[in-house]
Amino acid sequence: MRPFGYVSAPDVATAVRVVSTEPNAKFLGGGTNLVDLMREGVERPDTLVDVTGLPLTAIEELPGGGVRIGALVRNARLAADPLIRSRYPVLSRALLSGASAQLRNVATVGGNLVQRTRCPYFYDHASACNKREPGAGCDAIGGVNRNHAVLGASEHCIATHPSDMAVALAALDAVVELESVRGTRRVPLLDLHRLPGETPHVETVLTADELITAVELPHLPVAAASHYRKVRDRASYAFALVSVAAALHVREGVVTDVRLALGGVAAKPWRAHQAERVLLGAEATEEVFLRAADAELAAATGLPDNTFKIELARRTIVATLQELLTDGSAA
Amino acid sequence: MRINGATTVLELEPRVSLLDALRDELGLTGTKKGCDQGACGACTVLVDGERINSCLALAVQYSGREITTVEGVDHPLQAAFVANDGLQCGYCTPGQICSAIGMLAEHAAGAPSAVTEHLCEPDPELTDAEIRERMSGNLCRCGAYNGIVDSVREVAVAEQLR
Ligand SMILES: Cc1cc2nc3c(=O)[nH]c(=O)nc-3n(C[C@H](O)[C@H](O)[C@H](O)COP(=O)(O)OP(=O)(O)OC[C@H]3O[C@@H](n4cnc5c(N)ncnc54)[C@H](O)[C@@H]3O)c2cc1C
Ligand code: SF4
Ligand code: FES
Ligand code: FES
Repeated sequence: MRPFGYVSAPDVATAVRVVSTEPNAKFLGGGTNLVDLMREGVERPDTLVDVTGLPLTAIEELPGGGVRIGALVRNARLAADPLIRSRYPVLSRALLSGASAQLRNVATVGGNLVQRTRCPYFYDHASACNKREPGAGCDAIGGVNRNHAVLGASEHCIATHPSDMAVALAALDAVVELESVRGTRRVPLLDLHRLPGETPHVETVLTADELITAVELPHLPVAAASHYRKVRDRASYAFALVSVAAALHVREGVVTDVRLALGGVAAKPWRAHQAERVLLGAEATEEVFLRAADAELAAATGLPDNTFKIELARRTIVATLQELLTDGSAA
Repeated sequence: MRINGATTVLELEPRVSLLDALRDELGLTGTKKGCDQGACGACTVLVDGERINSCLALAVQYSGREITTVEGVDHPLQAAFVANDGLQCGYCTPGQICSAIGMLAEHAAGAPSAVTEHLCEPDPELTDAEIRERMSGNLCRCGAYNGIVDSVREVAVAEQLR
């Protein structure tokens, strides 16, 4: 690892000031992604501003019934929080399905959201990668692309976003709060990550000096009946091939409310708006669930190694909705 | 730094990981380096009683925190691993032991896991499936998993009886 400077920020104002004034500075959360990427020479900051001492560690109920989560809350604590477990089980489940207990004890909400892709070519300096080196090309497209995107990819990059937590947050209409020397702004989670287009190295709408300070969940009764299903090569401690976050409410056999998002399929957590449109007001049957999945996946395109993901996503959507229907929680 | 109950003063570059500080600076080689990428758990240590991977931790971030390595552990799990063949080569064992200590504390605090059926259950039973899932951050190349699960279960049951 190259040498770099280290600053432990005592407050938010200092953190954002140092990152905006020091050249090539980056925030350091739990370090579980950034330290790895620095060791591999993919990230090369000159200064790290450690934000783990900032007082952004609360999980608070909001007056309207929503919840505000500080950006420095560790993944394990968020997953175990009683409010999250009872009102937003999909979020607990998504977190618990990610990484390992050791990593979840350290990983922060902010760091989890902007963690970078696990595309192996992105890590490998001998390969061409537009994300690591804009304009270099993309070795994944003609290479091993089993873990890559089937939705929203471009000819410049087919990487996926690896976060499970973000998929649940996408289903829950979460809002992300950002702070910089220019002030505070709020961005819907669905607008935080960008599709690759011609600039796969630009992954989010965050500017380099913007700190994620909180994530807010709206009051969302449908989320009480929600689930996360993750399909992967081994049962634990592996990234998703495909994952589904779903919340469903059914009354007299008809879908009255639904939220659906997919992971492992795109460069961002993928909210399945098309599928939701088919589901809302329709009968809660397997046939309708299949039709909804097909509507969402109509735009999906596969490469030789990852075409299986389209069928896998279809089946996983249906299975997750069926599970919510039959375990009684959706009624 | 606070390591195994003692205070140690170290001058380190910020890029030194907690794992390298323990092994190379302090000679505490019980903590192992398997992958150096967060993917195996061999480097697991306890920080204020919580298990973490020391390979992805910058030492500078942990100054002042109470760090426990296998050298500072005196726990029934150690005898249980020996009695139940919880190891073959032993390379993963320090990480397994530290991880299991952290895991039992998480379970005692009511934390759920990915295989917990009812998330709101305050006290999920520590079934073999729960032990396997909760210990999945520790790989064992020798495949001593059955003995590891037996060891953890034995100690968990004994702790509950206490
Ligand atoms: C072996 C392994 C397996 C894993 N498996 C999974 C998995 O199955 N599912 C999954 O979802 N994840 C998985 N992960 C990834 C893990 O969840 C992330 O590494 C973690 O969430 C990152 O959080 P952190 O706080 O450690 O971030 P850091 O490593 O500290 O930071 C990551 C990035 O976020 C930036 N950053 C940090 N905090 C902020 C902030 N507040 N505002 C703005 N920017 C910020 C940093 O500058 C950096 O660019 C795995 C990781 C490993 C090593
Ligand atoms: S898919 Fe994206 S991250 Fe992977 S090699 Fe291509 S450009 Fe790089
Ligand atoms: S050496 Fe740290 S997880 Fe493998
Ligand atoms: S005992 Fe050899 S790696 Fe686990």
